[in-house]
Amino acid sequence: MITFDDVVKVYPGGSTAVDHLSLELPTGKTTVFVGPSGCGKTTSLRMINRMIQPTSGRILIDGKDVAGQDEAELRRGIGYVIQHAGLFPHRTVLDNVATVPMLLGKSRREARAVAAELLERVGLATEFASRYPAQLSGGQQQRVGVARALAADPPVMLMDEPFSAVDPVVREGLHREFLRLQKDLGKTIAMVTHDIDEAIKLGDVVVIFRQGGHLAQVGTPQELLEHPADEFVAEFVGRDRGVRSLSFDSAADLPVRPLPADLVLDDAGRPAGWSTGESTGGTFTVADSLRLVTDLAISSPVGIAVRVDDHGKADGVVPHHDLVDHLAARRGRK
Amino acid sequence: MSSYLSNNWDTILTALRQHIWLALVPVVLGFVIALPIGYLGVRFPRLYHPLVNVCGVLYSIPSLALFVFLPVLLGTKILSPLNIVVALTIYTVALLSRTVADGLRSVDPLVVESATAMGYRRLRRLVDVQLPVALPVILAGLRVATVANISLVSVGALIGVGGLGQLFTRGFQLFYLEPIIVGIVLSVALAGIADLTIVLIQRWITPWTRFQGRTA
Ligand SMILES: Nc1ncnc2c1ncn2[C@@H]1O[C@H](COP(=O)(O)OP(=O)(O)O)[C@@H](O)[C@H]1O
Ligand SMILES: [Mg+2]
Repeated sequence: MITFDDVVKVYPGGSTAVDHLSLELPTGKTTVFVGPSGCGKTTSLRMINRMIQPTSGRILIDGKDVAGQDEAELRRGIGYVIQHAGLFPHRTVLDNVATVPMLLGKSRREARAVAAELLERVGLATEFASRYPAQLSGGQQQRVGVARALAADPPVMLMDEPFSAVDPVVREGLHREFLRLQKDLGKTIAMVTHDIDEAIKLGDVVVIFRQGGHLAQVGTPQELLEHPADEFVAEFVGRDRGVRSLSFDSAADLPVRPLPADLVLDDAGRPAGWSTGESTGGTFTVADSLRLVTDLAISSPVGIAVRVDDHGKADGVVPHHDLVDHLAARRGRK
Repeated sequence: MSSYLSNNWDTILTALRQHIWLALVPVVLGFVIALPIGYLGVRFPRLYHPLVNVCGVLYSIPSLALFVFLPVLLGTKILSPLNIVVALTIYTVALLSRTVADGLRSVDPLVVESATAMGYRRLRRLVDVQLPVALPVILAGLRVATVANISLVSVGALIGVGGLGQLFTRGFQLFYLEPIIVGIVLSVALAGIADLTIVLIQRWITPWTRFQGRTA
């Protein structure tokens, strides 16, 4: 757990970057700092590994004040990823990733073995190992940056806009990879982004900052979407937050109707399309989200979403108007 | 010409050896002294501009003046090769201190930041990251310093110190062309070889620079 205890940072010149921040980042979870540019996200992040010294207040990792620890040793135990990766141009990809294990006293051979394993983990083929960073695309460099941060298996990772410098398609891939890795590794991650969608997608906990280094709201993505604390947060998480929050609601308690006659089934009872010859456009199960059901009903030519059981057999349908009623009732409850 | 060469072979070789020695010792000394000075100009940014100015002034002192006045300052004999070595070391320090500072300043701050954040301490970060990444700029300065020193050693002959310049002065004194030609050819060849050697070393120790400026 990372604890901010009444932390203040005033830069020389008088601007207050972080204003009395008290916060807990849970162990094994991803906490995302998000907010408009200049609101103190990077400053907060960099105080964790002492790249910036707080003006007052304390930061503790698992109860230990970082201020009392040797800077270099503290940092070797904290992975660090930045925009544009900050890779060493004079070292091969493999040796970039081997950096921290070497700093920790491993032999070159051991460090390289660890590095090769990590490159594989982040989805980089072995042929990249002997290349220099200048020979990689932005997305590949970012993967190397993540592998390098993970190389010493640190319990804590700091990531400052790690996916901001790549194009949206590549970013999408990196997001998927990140979620997959984090599910395996369960690191305590503090990440900075200015992109609320990225924060909602990647964060277990989202911390919204506002101008002047003030905390606006802390919560799970769902809490922020459904109960924004004030106008600023509501505005920041966006107008289509209603649709976004559907991603968090299960389709389990959505009432279904019996299968209509014009739904064509194959021999195994799986939906094969509508009698008009049109496709169902996909199916959902009780484990899916209301967001998916909405997408299916909206995109279906007949305005009906089809539900299947665990074996793929059709077991009910949801017409568009039932869904609307259900959403209206749900909004009433909230 | 060939009779000049065969009759004076030993003199020529001695002059060449002396020339190499007088030119390269200051390069090595100057580089060793310039490293910490250049580093200070980066470590304390306020020192950078004064450093550049002082280096510029030192470099603009005429070499002959330096060769003549150093014995007065150092108490050395006027014919001592030490004067040449000290003078050229001063030039090299003036040139390379700025080069080292500029080289270190050319390193992407994000690279330095990530090295720090990974747990490098200051000295190891300098040796493992900043200096290697600054090498292309530093080696370019080293080429200039080396070639300049090789030509400046010839000036030393005017005050009677050895090197290939001796061949010029002797030729002029005796109205004799051969030693002048041999002196010019050898000093140009020496400068060329030294320059090429540094270029080859640079290719060998900075392989990554071949890929910079283009993306995969
Ligand atoms: N080194 C610095 N010196 C002075 N002011 C700074 C420095 N770094 C950041 N600031 C100021 O502190 C505020 C917060 O900066 P930062 O933490 O980088 O914001 P964010 O990461 O949210 O964009 C900004 O107003 C910025 O101008
Ligand atoms: Mg920032």
